[in-house]
Amino acid sequence: MEQPNLEYVDQLARGDESIRKTLIDVITTEFPEEKSDYDESVKNKNFKKIEENVHRLKHKISILGLEKSYKRANKFEHNLREGSLEGIQDFEKVLLVISAFLKTI
Amino acid sequence: MNCIIIDDEKMARVIVKTLCDEIETLTILEQFSSAIDAIKYLNENEVDLIFLDIHMPDFTGLDFIKSLKNPPKIIFTTSDSKFAFEAFEYDFIIDYLLKPIQLPRFKKAIQKAEKSEETAINTSVKSTSSNNIKKENNFYVNIDRRLIKIDLSSIYLIEAKGDYIKIKTDNKDYTVHSTLKKIEEKLPDSLFLKIHRSYIINIKKIIDIEDNSVLIKKDVIPVSRSKRPELMKRLNLL
Repeated sequence: MEQPNLEYVDQLARGDESIRKTLIDVITTEFPEEKSDYDESVKNKNFKKIEENVHRLKHKISILGLEKSYKRANKFEHNLREGSLEGIQDFEKVLLVISAFLKTI
Repeated sequence: MNCIIIDDEKMARVIVKTLCDEIETLTILEQFSSAIDAIKYLNENEVDLIFLDIHMPDFTGLDFIKSLKNPPKIIFTTSDSKFAFEAFEYDFIIDYLLKPIQLPRFKKAIQKAEKSEETAINTSVKSTSSNNIKKENNFYVNIDRRLIKIDLSSIYLIEAKGDYIKIKTDNKDYTVHSTLKKIEEKLPDSLFLKIHRSYIINIKKIIDIEDNSVLIKKDVIPVSRSKRPELMKRLNLL
């Protein structure tokens, strides 16, 4: 499975440590909140909310360089619009990988 | 240029702010997580440019632009390419940036905004006409969530197909969810002519005309009786 990286964050920071820290702080704060919102929406089977949560989370997926997972998240988001949860397991695996990665940075 | 950022996601706002800080001519006045708060701000403040997310809960970026009376320039920042075609129907939409936004692409969008501002200033000095909007020599269409650039000069035929239009170019055909009326506004009159309620053609690509039809590439296209005089007028006849 592809692994998250900080290449995009580093590109944005262009060597400025304070910018890098700001970006990492925001992603490490915002991602767990968004994941928690997502878990809650799944628990309530609220498809519209799940779709909104997935939409926000997939931006984090792309920021962390997970290109294949991003495409799968797009597909999952599309499936949600059609009322299907197909792709949920793959999507949730990615969230776990990101959660683990964010604890290391 | 004085700018504001509207995005419900903090990470997205921080990224746009970081990119703006790279460009001296940009000043971020405010950032908003809700488009409704931004409307309140705009009622009392003038800005030159808005970085706007489309996909926001409750009140989307598209709802937002429809609510503006005197919209400033807007650059969309979004993960969704599906709204691109609709977005470019508005003259004040300068560009459409897909997340995650890369600095070179961001700079290009800002150049377009600056150029548009210069054009607006020059236009207001030279003429009081507000309809003098320059048409681009290409546009982007949204196909399967990808934005595909099409050079206008490569198009030879556009055909209406129900809720869709088929754009035929020298290399490839594209089917896009739109109408002939919408695309007609994007096309330069010097090159294109609607010759039938279902067809717009590139007049430079006509091979021959016979009675009430034109041959363009391998397609034979009917010409409405009412459109024939205009077509004949536009041809470079000996």
